[in-house]
Amino acid sequence: MVQKIVDTANHLAGYAAKAAGVKVVAAYPITPQTSVVEKIADLVESGEMDAEFIRVESEHSAMVACIGAAATGVRTFTATSAHGLALMHEALHWASGSRLPIVMAVVNRAMGAPWSIWPDLSDSLSQRDTGWIQFYCADNQEVFDTILQAYKLCEDERVFLPAMVCLEGFILSHTYAPAEIPDQAKIDDFLPEYKSGWVLDVNKPCSHANLVSPEWYMEFRYMIQEAMENAKRLIPQIDKEYGKRFGHEYGGLVEKYRCDGADLVLLTMGTMGSDAKLAVDKLRKEGLKVGSARVRVFRPFPVEEIVKLAASSRMLVTMDRHISFGMEGFLGSEVKASVYGQEDRPLFAGFIAGLGGRDVTAETIEKVAKKSLKMLDAGRVEKETEWVDLRE
Amino acid sequence: MASVPKKRGDLPLTPLSYPTEGSMGKTGSWRIFRPEVNYSKCTKCTICWVFCPDAAITRQQDDSPKIDYDYCKGCGVCANECPVKAIAMVREEE
Amino acid sequence: MGGFEGVKDMVTMKELPKEEYLLKGHAACAGCGPAVSLRMLFKALGNKVFLVVPACCTTVIQGPYPFTAFGVPLQNILFESTGAAASGVVAALRQRKMNDITVVGWAGDGGTADIGIQALSGAAERGTNFIYICYDNEAYGNTGMQRSGLTPYGAWTTTTPSGKRERKKDMPMIMAAHKIPYVATACTSFPLDFVNKVRKAKDIQGTKYIHLLAPCPTGWRCDTSKTIEMGRLAVQTGLFVLFEVENGKFKFSSPSDRLADKSKRKPVTDYFSGQGRFRGLTGEDLARIEKWVDEDWDQYRKLASECL
Repeated sequence: MVQKIVDTANHLAGYAAKAAGVKVVAAYPITPQTSVVEKIADLVESGEMDAEFIRVESEHSAMVACIGAAATGVRTFTATSAHGLALMHEALHWASGSRLPIVMAVVNRAMGAPWSIWPDLSDSLSQRDTGWIQFYCADNQEVFDTILQAYKLCEDERVFLPAMVCLEGFILSHTYAPAEIPDQAKIDDFLPEYKSGWVLDVNKPCSHANLVSPEWYMEFRYMIQEAMENAKRLIPQIDKEYGKRFGHEYGGLVEKYRCDGADLVLLTMGTMGSDAKLAVDKLRKEGLKVGSARVRVFRPFPVEEIVKLAASSRMLVTMDRHISFGMEGFLGSEVKASVYGQEDRPLFAGFIAGLGGRDVTAETIEKVAKKSLKMLDAGRVEKETEWVDLRE
Repeated sequence: MASVPKKRGDLPLTPLSYPTEGSMGKTGSWRIFRPEVNYSKCTKCTICWVFCPDAAITRQQDDSPKIDYDYCKGCGVCANECPVKAIAMVREEE
Repeated sequence: MGGFEGVKDMVTMKELPKEEYLLKGHAACAGCGPAVSLRMLFKALGNKVFLVVPACCTTVIQGPYPFTAFGVPLQNILFESTGAAASGVVAALRQRKMNDITVVGWAGDGGTADIGIQALSGAAERGTNFIYICYDNEAYGNTGMQRSGLTPYGAWTTTTPSGKRERKKDMPMIMAAHKIPYVATACTSFPLDFVNKVRKAKDIQGTKYIHLLAPCPTGWRCDTSKTIEMGRLAVQTGLFVLFEVENGKFKFSSPSDRLADKSKRKPVTDYFSGQGRFRGLTGEDLARIEKWVDEDWDQYRKLASECL
């Protein structure tokens, strides 16, 4: 039975953990993630969710408790935001190095100082090096679906890596929208029993993660890179399979919108991708050949998809809800890095927008597109990175 | 139980190390002094066996100690704790 | 080799099982106190144990990949999070309905009293069903003997070269204040006491904390042969007290029960003179220490009498 509900992305994340048959949740509250853990607490206490909820005393402990539980052989889940994610930074490394298929919902929120509770992608993007797969969602339904897809991906023996499913705070986390929860039997068919690559076992005792000398450390790291490459191949397959089974799919690694014949492609992440579609529709009506591509998966970075877009268009424009101080937004950097090796490279312009929850509307994106088209006509980009709607 | 990898394909998913005697090699080479048991004095109290940090002393069937010199680090705890001073610490001749 | 259900306290060393789960040829320093107690831990519990070990000396004692000196499953984990990892392991075991495995957090000074205190406190507050053992060698051993919150007053360490000016953090009482069902102190030099306390802990539901004084000749600056002797003196001088707090009731353990009478305690100088780390103690320091020992014993005596 498909359940049609109207709920927030945070609650849907809780429902997804339940639907995935998660057995241990360890989490610490932080705005705007809080309603994820409150929902899970409700579900566990009412008996609707057959799992244990460890009410840890910090986010660092949350991730480590998940590591302990996953190492002992159960499916685990946690959720956090901003400073909570930053606090668990070293544990993120430990989880990926341990090749444990933990899935975490990250409710994106700006980093302090100063305090900000509003969304941008700095928190999760600044964890891009930790060996975690990263998904960025554009709507509530996608949050639910991606969590299930993530477990299937992470527990594949060619992957065995943890994944974060990112959703912007307040825009998705607290906004009520219609969503569908598929039939549980069908979900169980899609997502079988928990599988991990190793487990603590009294019958086969071992020490996990003791000292590795320079002799072999590099090879263990290479294996993580290989797993990321495998994930890159598997993500579109899993998305397609999910689409066939449940009627929702998201374009795999990159969700392209009207990119065929586009002179200019707007690259975004998260909810900006939805507004970009509206902007594209308006621009296309005006006869301007613009398309948009929402980068749904940031790690592994969809290099091949970007190269394809670069080959078929004359300009790539990135809109980053993030800044790496002293350089630019990561989406901008990585798009450029993907394309650098190509013989024919399109023009590139990068924009920084929406930091600390500054609203990015379809109008804003339309403005960015028109500005970029001017640069395309002139054949020259004045400033490689520009901040959108910055007050004087 | 632990097999030394020779190529990348031998590696487990993540470093899993298996129980091995001599995980640090033949630690007996650390010794400067070696314990020598005077079995005629030994009362088989098993105190030396209990207090050996390295499990280098085996408690035999008759409860007397047998020292594994491949691994004994020569710390001297056994000699110091022996209630009848049946263990002497003798300098290793190089 | 499993549990020891229904078996009484071990009274003689010969009752200790022969099996070793800390294998010879490991990387510990010659004379390592914690290594002795690790062997005793497995004599108490057998091998149906999951060990959770943060960054500490024991991390190194295992030896390098692909070898380990441990014959039980061991999860190495981040420095500050033994309690949290144990919480996760315990929850997963419960979900998998595996009831016969004892989860033990085995951590040093830092992992317990300093960087790790939050996770330990959280695990205790949640009543996590595991045994937590702090093997206290009174400094950060793994990184070369820097001071910890458990380093005693006046002790040299590499970061307190003229002697630590602060008192040793009272971890056993901090843990007792969490109102967990079992708190105990133990010492490497009293192996049967330690073994029996571990066995008692195993059969109690909830968080069990054992604070184990584990002498370290490397850091205490004494001959490697003196490990056990130093631990024994710590107890005999009254500087370290053996006791249990079971469901809030304080009880001395032997031989500390006989040392409430000050005249029965050996002079603290017997202990300090044997260790290079106390070379810098002045007469004033000694007087201060002796006063604190008396005050601490007054407190313990009061607790013991209230619980008769």
